[in-house]
Amino acid sequence: MHLLSLAIWVPIVAGVAVLTVRGDANARHARWLALLGSALGFLVTLPLWLNFVPDTSDMQFVEYADWIPKFGIYYFLGVDGISMLFVLLNSLMTLVVVWAGWEVIESRVSQYMAAFLIQSGLINGAFCALDGILFYTFFEAMLIPMYLIIGIWGGPNRVYAAIKFFLYTLLGSLLMLVALIYLYNVSNSFSILAWYEVPLALNVQILLFVAFFLSFSVKVPMWPVHTWLPDAHVEAPTGGSVILAAITLKIGAYGFVRFILPIVPDASRYLSGFVITLSLIAIVYIGFVALVQGDMKKLIAYSSISHMGFVTLGFFLFSTLGMEGGLVQMISHGFVSAAMFLCVGVMYDRMHSRQIADYGGVVNTMPRFAAFMMLFAMANAGLPATSGFVGEFMVILASVKVNFWLGFTAATIMILGAAYTLWMYKRVIYGAVANENVAKLTDLNRREFWLLASVAALVLWMGVWPKPFIDVMHASVTDLLAHVARVKL
Amino acid sequence: MPTMSTLNFLSVLPEAIVLGAACAILVLDAFLPDRLRHLSFWLTQLALLVAAWLVYATAAGEPVRAMNGMVIDDMLSDVFRFFTCIAVSLTLFYSRGYLEARGLFRGETFVLALTTLLGMMVMISAGNFITLYMGLELQALSLYAMVAMHRTSKQASEAAMKYFVLGALASGMLLYGMSMIYGATGSLDLVQVGVAVLSHQGNPMILLFGLVFVVSGIGFKLGAVPYHMWVPDVYDGAPTAVTLLIGTAPKLAAFAFMMRLLAIALGDLAIDWQDMLVVLSLLSMVLGNVIAIAQTNIKRMLAYSTIANMGFMLMGFLAGNLDGFTAAMFYSVAYVLTTLASFGIVMLLSRAGFEADQIDDFKGLNRRSPWWALMMLIVMFSLAGIPPTIGFYAKFSVIMAAVGAGYVWLAVVAVLSSLVGAFYYLRIVKLMYFDEPTDHAPIVARLDNQAFLSANGLALVFLGMFPQRLVEICFGALVLSGFV
Repeated sequence: MHLLSLAIWVPIVAGVAVLTVRGDANARHARWLALLGSALGFLVTLPLWLNFVPDTSDMQFVEYADWIPKFGIYYFLGVDGISMLFVLLNSLMTLVVVWAGWEVIESRVSQYMAAFLIQSGLINGAFCALDGILFYTFFEAMLIPMYLIIGIWGGPNRVYAAIKFFLYTLLGSLLMLVALIYLYNVSNSFSILAWYEVPLALNVQILLFVAFFLSFSVKVPMWPVHTWLPDAHVEAPTGGSVILAAITLKIGAYGFVRFILPIVPDASRYLSGFVITLSLIAIVYIGFVALVQGDMKKLIAYSSISHMGFVTLGFFLFSTLGMEGGLVQMISHGFVSAAMFLCVGVMYDRMHSRQIADYGGVVNTMPRFAAFMMLFAMANAGLPATSGFVGEFMVILASVKVNFWLGFTAATIMILGAAYTLWMYKRVIYGAVANENVAKLTDLNRREFWLLASVAALVLWMGVWPKPFIDVMHASVTDLLAHVARVKL
Repeated sequence: MPTMSTLNFLSVLPEAIVLGAACAILVLDAFLPDRLRHLSFWLTQLALLVAAWLVYATAAGEPVRAMNGMVIDDMLSDVFRFFTCIAVSLTLFYSRGYLEARGLFRGETFVLALTTLLGMMVMISAGNFITLYMGLELQALSLYAMVAMHRTSKQASEAAMKYFVLGALASGMLLYGMSMIYGATGSLDLVQVGVAVLSHQGNPMILLFGLVFVVSGIGFKLGAVPYHMWVPDVYDGAPTAVTLLIGTAPKLAAFAFMMRLLAIALGDLAIDWQDMLVVLSLLSMVLGNVIAIAQTNIKRMLAYSTIANMGFMLMGFLAGNLDGFTAAMFYSVAYVLTTLASFGIVMLLSRAGFEADQIDDFKGLNRRSPWWALMMLIVMFSLAGIPPTIGFYAKFSVIMAAVGAGYVWLAVVAVLSSLVGAFYYLRIVKLMYFDEPTDHAPIVARLDNQAFLSANGLALVFLGMFPQRLVEICFGALVLSGFV
């Protein structure tokens, strides 16, 4: 069974099929076809989880075929305990955004749905690829649908945001291309696994580190190359924000564990202080920036940057706890940030405003919605028994082991996160009904209710019982740390 | 007394067909009434098809010298002659509606297209400096005339004048360089020049002096900076159909020309021409991409994009080894395929009295026609070098060749300049997809035009996903032609 190929190509083929539905008069067909495609796309990824062998760090479900042998490029796919979870997360989130855009998107529906489906396949490809150029192909190609999603269905400043998003991410990835080609010249192979074994001098490692780091840190995004994210999030339609926050950012972090740490371990150790510093700046400084935002989406965008800082911090502590904490945080953030953007989307669809100041007392008219948002806000603030707590706690624990003050600084996210999230929640949801627009709000419809309920179930599941997730990744993380500890000079 | 076997007439049969067809159509067309003008068109297409088929059918594998050594018929020449025939054929298909609407659908157009093709074919399979130069001049003179064909247009006349003067200057330089090399080596035959250079015959100073002029001449023909001044004006001033002709097949011919001159004849001066090409390549990539940003006219924008693309192609070539030549050859084929589609779409949007040559004319194309917007999207991403289009693999292969030859810094500059390039390609996509249309005229075109253009656009993605075959063709052609 070519499970990984199915995970990649089912959504893409479905997307192309949706594209053939012409005109908005047939929007219904496009929606159902897209739902069918994304459901199928999710179903074909389920066996990955069910048939996964957790006690090995080897690549599983491997596929290997000639692609461009003249350039040494092969169609080489495989997942380990780290990437498998993200394939599932991505396919699930695609289902969520197709459903979330159901009646909200009214113009060019088929193109909207198709863009998400095709993007989903490309993202799966990036997570599964074990050939450097195959990875790069997917990594770059996925910019195209997101560029269109932001630019066509986005807010008033969408053109600026879309172009900024594209050029920013392209800048990083182009240098990575040179790095990939350089590695090919050294090792005579584009296989990522072969690169794990190639000895490299420290100065070469550092240059490669810089090239990869630029590419992935833009994607994560890390301070100070984060500035595209707030713009992209604010202007993107709800579905675009969900995929950006839940999946696209994760590819950046995934790049750290797939490329940087094992390929240039000496440079990673050498420069770990630098990355940890940047991560701490993201956590603390961006946390304060989030505090003062007047726009809900911007606030969540900054909160994302701050939370992703936790991920990179966890990775560069080089301990099992930190690494697993970072990975759990990635998945949890996938659920929580997606849910937060969905909540803002629900309000935006009714009020056409994202400004906190335009709201107040929403609980009076939308009680069920307020309850859901409460849960997600708490998860964003890292409340125990929600998924947000697990990863943060693990990373803080790991950093205290390294250095008390490091752990102390990292732990400020608990306070800052609670401060900006709950303060926003208070201003938007509580209090007396602020104006007549809020008074006219209607509570969740059935579609929105089940959408939020399913994400809420995941958040709680992961918060209460994270063991299945950690078990799956444990062997791979141990192996990764063994790679990081090696001297490759 | 040459016998038929040293003449090897079979090798030049495709050229003979093209020449014969050009003469026949010239005579026939004079007697045709206007309503039967399509006959000339289809005859031209038939000639192109037959020529392409003959090239394909007589592809030898082993290099063959013909016409007493004036012609080399190797795989390199077969592949390029085949692609130039196809490129000219597609050009005429895409241009048909455009030419009709402007009263340029005349016998001269077809005859000149055939003679320019003949020039290119001679150039591609030249085995001697004289053949090389003759082919170049035949190609260039036909193109000068075609640019000026729109007699009433001041802009076209100006462009033709500029093209002619600068082109003549370039030819002069080239000829001067060739005469120097002849003086140093005592031969006009490309292979013998190669042997002479290898065995260090002749004054190296004179040889180097000649090389400088030859490289300058090539720079002119490719439109590489600092010899690029004619490119934007000619692209802009010429009728779009002629721009398409100038922008596609001649680039293939120019690449073959470069292979013949620099790789075969002067291959052992690689150390010297590499440094010159580094400068040309670097300046072309950076200047082409930066200046393109400021353009509001799509033909000018694509002209600067051509300059930048030629810089990329040179980057592969200057690696000076088989990998580099393969990459550059692949790049030029990929580039021609992409350019065909780009100007094809520009002509598709134009109609009588409306050129569609402003960037703003692409506004809201997705509303008017999602299909053609998608095709243009593919073209733009291919030019920007975003996977999974052929443009990416083309850029990838030349960067790989450059890194392999030790030019890592040049590769870094190249990718950064392509980032700049991405901006203006993205702007076209932005206009098509994010803006509302200002023009609501329906897009009409013949079915054959639409079918070929769609196939061309889809081929950019298909070859992007499966480039192996095309790369192998390029590689195989070079290996069979004796490059190692």
